[in-house]
Amino acid sequence: MVGFYTLIARGNLVKKIIGLNIFQTSVFILYITMGKITGGTAPIFVEGGEDVIYSNPIPHVLILTAIVVGVATSAVGLSLVIRIKEAFGTIEEDEIQDESL
Amino acid sequence: MIDTNLVVGVCLLLPVLGAFLVLVFGSRPNVREAATLLTGGLTFWHVWGLLHHVREGARPRLELLEIVPGVQLAFEVEPLGLLFALVASFLWIVTTLYAIGYMRGHHEKNQTRFFFFFAIAIAGALGVAFSANLFTLFAFYEVLTLCTFPLVTHHQTDEARKAGRVYLGILLTTSVAFQLLAIIWTWQLADTVDFTEGGILSGTASNGVLSAILVLFVFGVGKAAVMPFHRWLPAAMVAPTPVSALLHAVAVVKAGVFTVLKVAVYIFGIDLLGTLAATTWLAWIAAATIILGSLVAFQKDNLKARLAYSTISQLSYIVLGALLANEWGVIGGGMHIAMHAFGKITLFFAAGAVLVAAHEKDISRMHGLGRRMPITFGAFFIGSLSIIGLPPAGGSWSKWFLGMGTLEAGQVGLLAVLMLSSLLGLYYLLEVPVKAFFFRPPDDAQRGKGIKEAPLPSLIAIGITASATVGFFFWPDLWHELMSMVVSGVTQ
Amino acid sequence: MTDHLPVLLVVVPLVAAPIAALLNHPRLSWAVAVAATLWTLYAGLELLSQTMASGVIHYELGGWAAPYGIEYVVDPLNAWVVVIVTLIGALIAPYARVSVEREITEDRIPLFYAAFILCLTGLLGIAVTGDVFNVFVFLEISSLSAYALIALGSDRRALTASFQYLIMGSVGATFIVIGIGLMYVMTGTLNMADLADRLPEVASSRTIPVAFTFLTVGITLKLALFPLHLWLPNAYTYAPSAVTAFIASTATKVAVYLLLRFFFTIFGATFSFDVMQLDRILMPLALIAIVAMSLVAIYQENVKRLLAYSSVAQIGYMVLGISFASVLGLTAGILHLFNHALMKGALFMSMGCVMYRVGSVRLERMNGLGRAMPWTMAAFVVGGLSLIGVPLTVGFVSKWYLVQAALEQGMWPVAGVVLLGSLLALMYVWKVVEVAYFREADPELGISEAPLSLLAPTWLLVLGNLYFGINASDSVGVATRAAEMLLGVLS
Repeated sequence: MVGFYTLIARGNLVKKIIGLNIFQTSVFILYITMGKITGGTAPIFVEGGEDVIYSNPIPHVLILTAIVVGVATSAVGLSLVIRIKEAFGTIEEDEIQDESL
Repeated sequence: MIDTNLVVGVCLLLPVLGAFLVLVFGSRPNVREAATLLTGGLTFWHVWGLLHHVREGARPRLELLEIVPGVQLAFEVEPLGLLFALVASFLWIVTTLYAIGYMRGHHEKNQTRFFFFFAIAIAGALGVAFSANLFTLFAFYEVLTLCTFPLVTHHQTDEARKAGRVYLGILLTTSVAFQLLAIIWTWQLADTVDFTEGGILSGTASNGVLSAILVLFVFGVGKAAVMPFHRWLPAAMVAPTPVSALLHAVAVVKAGVFTVLKVAVYIFGIDLLGTLAATTWLAWIAAATIILGSLVAFQKDNLKARLAYSTISQLSYIVLGALLANEWGVIGGGMHIAMHAFGKITLFFAAGAVLVAAHEKDISRMHGLGRRMPITFGAFFIGSLSIIGLPPAGGSWSKWFLGMGTLEAGQVGLLAVLMLSSLLGLYYLLEVPVKAFFFRPPDDAQRGKGIKEAPLPSLIAIGITASATVGFFFWPDLWHELMSMVVSGVTQ
Repeated sequence: MTDHLPVLLVVVPLVAAPIAALLNHPRLSWAVAVAATLWTLYAGLELLSQTMASGVIHYELGGWAAPYGIEYVVDPLNAWVVVIVTLIGALIAPYARVSVEREITEDRIPLFYAAFILCLTGLLGIAVTGDVFNVFVFLEISSLSAYALIALGSDRRALTASFQYLIMGSVGATFIVIGIGLMYVMTGTLNMADLADRLPEVASSRTIPVAFTFLTVGITLKLALFPLHLWLPNAYTYAPSAVTAFIASTATKVAVYLLLRFFFTIFGATFSFDVMQLDRILMPLALIAIVAMSLVAIYQENVKRLLAYSSVAQIGYMVLGISFASVLGLTAGILHLFNHALMKGALFMSMGCVMYRVGSVRLERMNGLGRAMPWTMAAFVVGGLSLIGVPLTVGFVSKWYLVQAALEQGMWPVAGVVLLGSLLALMYVWKVVEVAYFREADPELGISEAPLSLLAPTWLLVLGNLYFGINASDSVGVATRAAEMLLGVLS
């Protein structure tokens, strides 16, 4: 929620991206909590132990993917911000809108 | 020689072919005009050829494509459609003759473009006439709207542009908002949109629903100029007179009332129509249009404007005929398609001739002109008789049948409306030739030097239509026969 | 090889993209793009004919069996979407060669092609995958490359448009991921078919409706359904012409596909409509979109922006069809996916031609263009007629089914709104026609017709508009089959 709020309320473009990141990270944590099974251990196969409870590895896999996606998004976003700064001279949303009119 | 069903396709293709010949020969006006006349002649000859088959009870049919499952682009020739096609294809030839005289006499520009779209418009009208189902009719109806647009805005002045907007606006709005809705609704209820003897809608829905659909159809056919969707007609008068003559006395407006008649007879069926709640008050709206159109025509000094409102009034005769929901009404309405076409076109031809030869548009300035242009105004007189409904002009027959129809329907009030409209017409139409022949010219009008009759091709055209108008008084058989076949449902 | 088509459909362009970037030469990169798009078109058509003939195709990636492995599933619905996307891609690739020369700086052109192919990959991946997380991955691939493509526009506002899209798009994607995560928690699977089996058991828990809601918001954002459409007008207006033509005809269509997949195949029509009452939300929003966005379009002076608002309205039509949740309604919506791609593709391509010659798409610069660029404007007119829904064009067929669907449910005011949309479209199309044909061109400018390489793809789409408007049986057939499958009505 914090992330989402930052995203909407802050006019500075970089802060928007940070907000997005916070938002996305919180989702990652959601997934990780899903994966943990009570009493489970790290999901690496233990020889000879059929009764061992493992934590679910799949959420971790999903998160890794999502993290990569998040990084890529931030990268694209930040490079856009740089270009915008070059073109408009500012990274505050209101000032950019004034420039555009 | 050719399979009769294919002849239908030939009739539709010929005008299109003619259009392209016009494009090809654009730079050689005489060849170009000859191409149009030749194509027109061939088209009419083929349409006429279909008459024989229809009389025997055949209904030549041509199916082209299936658009979506169950809906086809298809054509079928039946008596009412044939009537419209005969009128349109014959008058195309005559109007081309007239246009040759007019366009050259008036030194109009862009004549190639003019003759091209003219031909396409005729193809559109024939497409409407021969349509086998509502979809095909709608498709060609829209084609007609779109391809007459460049004709209406031919002069490309600001005035033309504004008029074009009104034209397109009203016609497309009514057709998409009302007519299309009605068509799809019909499809929903009846599972078909084919024109069928006795109609397809009886028993499919409640009286209220069917009434609503009828209302949508009547107002959705903007080309029938039922008030309040009539403004496009006077707006279109900004076009050159041959356009006004053929399209707005014959093709476009007749496509409109033809659609109303066709839907009344072949989608609803006369019997069903008589039971619907909406029929009566729609008939009264048509009646109101008849009277109001005449009253406004009264006040117009501009001759073309007066004729435009007269047309609006006359079109509602045919709509009324359909809504009387009895045989007399349908016969009268159908015959009036033909009678009014020939009569009105004569009037428009005359108005155009006056414009070209004497450069006058307003009636008050036409006093005394008759002495210089006796043939023109004589023809105007004959045309007027037909519109008013007096012998020896053909219009008297259609009026007779319509009158009988009102009595059959027990609506004496409507009979009174018809009579009143004739009376009004007596004044606002006959005023023109009377003042032209018997009044003295206004002081500042140029009379005498240089004013002579209209160009020869135009005069010949006027002569043909005026003679036909009188001729149909003595021989209305063709039209009567076709319409009788419609109401009695004679098929093979 | 045909056995592996589902995966090759995605892998070939995926590999082609970096090749195009590495080659770093405008012509060569272009050639790679053309080759890649042609391959995908072939694959798409092949898949469609296979699935129409023999039913659903299952392909397991790497041989790992579903539901543990990732599976690609091709049925008439997504094969149809694949064909739409690849067709547009195959037309845009040759079109782009000349178009981008004017609008993108030369050193960036190879990157343009790389991003273009990558975007195509992403869209195709979304369409064929049977695994919901895979959907998310490909969604982001297509979105990120789309952000980059849009930012290549020559106007500096392309940058802000792209940024705005990035923010909104990422929020949407994150919502989708939340939804997916919640579904995974409750069912333990990410495979679409498996989810469909397992969801009914857990549907009564509170988690699933929440998941449903997150998914709905996320997808409608990507779809640009009113009121989550704010990113679209700027993105379409300022992106390079070829990009707009491509994205306008594909990205939102794929999002509609996602909507269908999630709400009909995975959650099932009963849950989505009877329990969650999705139609109560979708239908009013769709209706507002149709009317309000068409009205806004009428007031635009920039033709690309006008067409952008028109697109949001047209998306309203698609969603409206879907919200009926009937065979007719779904057929109408699915059919309109194709028809709208044809229409808007042609319209935006013709604007690309105008941009190429005139350097602007503002109405005030387009006086008399009907005479100076007759073929280009004629293409616009036909596309416009299709938007209005004149018979013999594809637009008419969509309207025919949509109105039928409304009348079938007895909702004739809705039918009226559909037709009202046509009239509004008439007004904004007319605006452009009037300027092009009724005003005098400035003779100083010396504008000539667009080059053949721009006109040819444009006119291919225009002819498509007419062909599929006259002979709609094939497209209607596929759409109906897809609709029936989605609703579980077996033919």
